[in-house]
Formats: sequence, structure tokens, C-alpha cells
Amino acid sequence: MITIDQLQEIKEKNQDIVNFRKEHAERGNGKYRSHVLVCAGTGCTSSGSQKIADKLEEEIKAAGLEEEVCVIRTGCHGLCALGPVMIIYPEAAFYSNMELEHVPEIVSEHLVKGNVVTKYLYQETVTEDGIISMNQTNFYKPQNRVALRNCGVINPECIDEYIGTGGYQALAKVLTTMSREDVVKCITDSGLRGRGGGGFPTGKKWQFAMGGEPGVQKYVCCNADEGDPGAFMDRSVLEGDPHVVFEAMAIAGYVIGADQGYIYVRAEYPIAVDRLNIALAQAREYGLLGKNIFGTGFDFDIDLRLGAGAFVCGEETALMTSIEGNRGEPRPRPPFPAVKGLFGQPTILNNVETWANIPQIILKGAEWFASMGTEKSRGTKVFALGGKINNVGLVEIPMGTTLREVVENIGGGIPGGKKFKAAQTGGPSGGCISLENYDVPIDYDNLVSIGSMMGSGGLIVMDEDDCMVDIAKFFLEFTVDESCGKCTPCRIGTKRLLELLNKITDGKAEMEDLDRMVDLCNLIKENSLCALGQTAPNPVLSTYKYFKDEYIAHVKDKKCPAGKCKNLVSYHIDAEKCIGCGLCKKNCPGDAITGEKKQPHEIDTAKCLKCGVCMSKCKKDAIYKA
Amino acid sequence: MSDERINIPYRGTPEQESELAELIAKYKGTKSPLIPVLEQAQDIFGYLPEKVLKIISEELQVSLAKIYGVVTFYSFFSLYPKGKYNISVCLGTACYVKGSGQIYDKLQSVLGITGGQCTEDGKFSLEACRCIGACGLAPVMTVNGEVHGRLTADMVDGILAQYE
Repeated sequence: MITIDQLQEIKEKNQDIVNFRKEHAERGNGKYRSHVLVCAGTGCTSSGSQKIADKLEEEIKAAGLEEEVCVIRTGCHGLCALGPVMIIYPEAAFYSNMELEHVPEIVSEHLVKGNVVTKYLYQETVTEDGIISMNQTNFYKPQNRVALRNCGVINPECIDEYIGTGGYQALAKVLTTMSREDVVKCITDSGLRGRGGGGFPTGKKWQFAMGGEPGVQKYVCCNADEGDPGAFMDRSVLEGDPHVVFEAMAIAGYVIGADQGYIYVRAEYPIAVDRLNIALAQAREYGLLGKNIFGTGFDFDIDLRLGAGAFVCGEETALMTSIEGNRGEPRPRPPFPAVKGLFGQPTILNNVETWANIPQIILKGAEWFASMGTEKSRGTKVFALGGKINNVGLVEIPMGTTLREVVENIGGGIPGGKKFKAAQTGGPSGGCISLENYDVPIDYDNLVSIGSMMGSGGLIVMDEDDCMVDIAKFFLEFTVDESCGKCTPCRIGTKRLLELLNKITDGKAEMEDLDRMVDLCNLIKENSLCALGQTAPNPVLSTYKYFKDEYIAHVKDKKCPAGKCKNLVSYHIDAEKCIGCGLCKKNCPGDAITGEKKQPHEIDTAKCLKCGVCMSKCKKDAIYKA
Repeated sequence: MSDERINIPYRGTPEQESELAELIAKYKGTKSPLIPVLEQAQDIFGYLPEKVLKIISEELQVSLAKIYGVVTFYSFFSLYPKGKYNISVCLGTACYVKGSGQIYDKLQSVLGITGGQCTEDGKFSLEACRCIGACGLAPVMTVNGEVHGRLTADMVDGILAQYE
């Protein structure tokens, strides 16, 4: 067990190392003259960053620089679209789209001779006056990293680096100088609301769980079952900065009087699970988890539980039922988990990103946190930008930023010069935000008032080629799949709703079906047991609200304006443009195309599978959808 | 158990069985051991054969009915073996809007199976998954965990050929 004095010693030894990873930083007492930070988050790992890091180490060793240059595998840097990425300090040179073949040149030029290899840099950082740091680029400049502050900066498998950034100082402060009431007041005053979707005030949640008889067994849980497709904020925190979650959970344990925590994490996140296990072992070794932490008599330990692929387990009562070893079905509330939660005991459950804010709030104060964001939504929010957008990745922005800023500026706009159509937030529980709300400041309450919700932070951009009825159907298919089946409105209602949507996209619906659809949505919303069912109609309702004419086009005109719904489109060849090259015919999987060489070809619509291969192959733009 | 995919002979080895025994011994008596035991048993056998479920049921004193309920509730658990190469296509939102549906369709027609099935030679199995978080590479699929990104339907044949 380490003491608070020893914690300070470790911090002093390591702060120069981690502080070096900034623009214009001094080396101080750090051992290495250069730090190479390679992104080892899931996105970059998928595109081969581990091999690049291995190759770097090999080349650095061959150049005899292993005592001068270190390679650090960090968590996510955010700009996943350009992966694999890496940054070399002290120059703050931001290399993107890294390939194995670039490594020898970067080592021999940059690390040996000190010449930054500008052709491999993220081109926005290359200016006439030299290179600028990534923090000056459009993607990073508007961001404010609080929850992600250590992601991409520290080695997540090294507890000393976390301590070097001020890690476990908040726990030390709480255990030695603050009463339980002080802590709750600080969190309440900061205005922090749950980042998992609902936005319940965190301080209030903790306060509910504080009461009761002394000596009652209580639990602290972390919801890391990030199930919304297209959302990977929580995973990035776990992969890049796992200790921050332990520290925050221990603080909550002190507040409510719990000595045991559980982290429920998706099995689909193997890298996060590995790093959590490594971090747990290190924290226990230092006695930062376990018995008598800092000699204060406070005990707290954490266990991991792996989710087994059920979306509904992101709902708090279902999550607890799953930890208990059952089918992850939700149960009615009240009683709320603060009264009767895991194993029937008082429990608080927060999501990963919520936890990641706690230590900073304790150290910097409630006012600091409350100074960011909007009146009712304080602080920052992490979003996973995806879909039809240039800068796919992870961004952390102050609450109140507009969607326009996120898409046009930070996100770098839409590929191919296409037009913005909608952004989807909140996953299967959320809705689509249309152009008409492009300038609404994003916060909890505004999103709800325009028919969507914050959700955990997935933000998927869609362009003019996306059919909004098809998108609504996509989410309904998801909900039908993931409905646990416990309550009828959700189990049968969503199924019937999906059938209605299929009818619409098949061109078999009548106008009355649209009224039926809205009625059914409201019925499911009002009568389902848990949030999964209550919010399942949101994608339908919000697309119907903002894109009603598209629904009507499907029903009345039997047309899909975006050309997505297979049963409502047919492919044709423009005889004027066709040169008879035969490329379409060769590639057609259904043998539906006929025609002589150098003569205009034809598509047999009865045989056509509507796969669109011909259209993508045609070099003359002679094939069109109608 | 009417699903015929489950009627395949049990091929567990003594080594696997002793690993299972160790696993059960480690968790016996701990709080809510069932799901972690099932997860790790699946790691050992590659899937969850009926015989293994019966052993777990007896050792942990949990009814087979409850275990079957849990196993069929979670998509992570499988009652039948997967192909030598298990292909998983991401149908999360980010991949979907970038066309992963076409990739999935193409794989189904090339392999001649539908999602959740295995080819007759036992080589490839196909499933859909919901977001592996590599949205920067969308659309993506994984083959035994190896990620293939920025896919087009044209690339499918070439990728399958790598696993011949």
C-alpha cells in the first residue's frame, strides 16, 4: 500500500515525462529526448498501428536510439479517419495515414537527423510558416478535452504515467480532506449530468444512495456496455485512460459507503478489457484499490463483468440483473437502484464518460466545470462522429456547440460535395436532426425538444443519398432484434411497427397506414417497461416529423426519392450515353443485362437484383435509377 | 432443441474437459458465477456443447433450463460450432450508411449461406454484428477477429481467397 507521500513522489518523477507531450514543452527530468506516440485504440489497431509501433521500435533500436527515443502506445487520438496516426514530440509532428514503409524514413530523417518528414504529416498541419500542432487544426481547435484529457497522451498500461498527470490526487483529496457531504455538494454544484443518455444529475443520484442504515452492503457500478451502434466514446476512455474510472468509482464508494464496484463492459471490446485487467492489477499492487487505501481505513475493490452481447443490458436494471447471472431483463422502477439495486442492495450506476469527469471536478472545483457548456447542461460531451463525414472520429466539445459547427467545421464536411440531410443522435433511442435544426445548440434539453436525445454520444451524419424511411427501418430492425421480450408493447409492438415500415418501403402501404404507424408509436412509447421500448419509436417519429414528404412519396407515389428502397427503384440504361463496352453485362450477377458489343445495352427489370453493381461499374454514367 | 445445427457430435477432448473442471473450481462459491463460466467455457470449446452445459448445471447447481435461458438470451453464446473462419459483418449505423448491407448480401450469395449459418465444408460461417467501433474504416468486416475495412462489394472475393 502506498501512502500519500509516496503518491506525490511518483507524481513528481513522472510529471515531466507526461508534460513533455505538449506543444513547446520542456524536457525537464524526463529520460527521453523524443517521444513517439502511436495510437493503439481500436480504430488505428484495426488499420495496423501495432505493426507500425513494432517496426518503429525495431528501427529505433537498429539506429541505436533506444536510450533516447521511446515509443508509447496510447489510447485514441480522435481522428480515426486518418488512422493509423502518431505524434512525435517535442516537434508535435502529427503523422497520419501511416504505412509500414514510411517508418524507416521517419526514423532516419526525423528521429536521427531532426528533419520532420512533412510529406507524411496530416497536411492541414503543414503551412508556409512551418508545421503547426494538431491543436491548431479545424478538427481539434474547437475541442476541449476533459473526459478524454489523457487519451492519446499517456500509456494506458502504465499507472505511473496516470499518476504523473495528477491521477489518484482526487481520491487522496477526498479521503483526507473532504466529508461525504462535501463531495456530493461539489458534484451537484458542478451541474454534471449522466453522460449515458438520460442526463440525470449525478450529484442527486449519489445523494439518494447515501442514506440508509450504517453497515448496509452497497455497490458502485460502471456502465461500459456501450451498445449504440456507431458509438465508441466509452471504449476510447477505457482503452486510453482506464484508471480514471477506478479513481472516480472509489470516490463514489467513499461517498455512499460501498466497498465493492463492478464494471460491466462489452465483450466486443477486447482491447479495453485487456487494459482494464492490466490497470486493475497495477492499482491493486499500489494499494489504490483494496483494503485501507492511503491508510485511511477506506476499503474499495472493483471486479469486471463482461457483457455477452445484449443491447438491453445498457439499461440500468437489466445490467444489474445480468451481473447477477440472469437473462438481462429490466424490471420496473421504483424501487430505484439507489434503494434496491444490485443483489437487492443500494447501488449507484454511472456511465464511463460520467466517471471520467469526476476526478477533474474534485481537483479543479465545481465552478470550473460549471463554467463550460450551457445553463442546464454543464461541461463537455464526447461524440463519436461517423457516417457520411470526412473527419470520422472522436470529438469532445463544450455543450451548446451547434450541429453545423460539428459537421461543417470539426467534421470537415461531407465527402463528395454531397448535401447534409440529417444527423442521427442517441442511437436506436434517438432521432434524426434535420437541416432546420442545424443551428440549435446541442444540449440535453434542446435535443429532446427537437425529438431526439443525447444518448451516449453517437452522431451519424447522413447525406442526400440516404432514405430516411430506410434509416428508421434500420433502427427498428435493431430494436426488434434486441427487445428482451419481457413486455408486450415492446416485443410485439416493435415487430408490428417494423411490418408497417416494410409495407411502406415495399410500396404496398396506404395513407391510413401512416396514421396507424403514429398511433402504434405512441402506444409503444407510453406502455413499454423500460427505456429501450419507450424510446424505440423515436427514430420513426423524428424522421416522420422532419421528412414527412419522403414517407408520403413512398406511400402515394410508390417512389423512394433517395433511390435506396430496392422495391421502389428500377435500373435503366440511357441508350444515348451507352457505348456498349459490356462492363455492366460482365459484372451483372443476375445476367439481367443484354446487348451486342458497341450497341446500347438493356436491363431486364424482371431479372434485375437491384444490386447497383452495373451503376458503379459504368464509366459513362449511362445507368440511372428511376 | 429442435434446431438441427445443434445435433452435431460432441468432440471435446480430455484436455478441454480438465480445463473446464479447473474453470468451474475457480468460480464455485463466488457470487453469480454462471455468465463468466459460460463465457470462458465457450473460449475453451469454441461453442457451448450440450454436454458442457450439463456439466456446468450439475457443478454450479443451476438448472439446465435456466442455463439454456441465459445462453439463448445473449448473442455472444453459441450452441453450435462456427466455421474455421468466422466472418462478422458490421451492420452498425456508421457502416450501414456506408453500404455494409451490400457487403453482407454479397457474402451471403458468394458463400451460399444466410447469416448465422456455416458453409457445408465447415470453412466459413457468417454473422452480422453491431458496431465493433472501427467506424473510421467503415464499412468493415472481421474474419476471425482480423479487421478488413473500407470495403466495397468487389473486394469480397479477394478477401475470401486469403483464407483458402
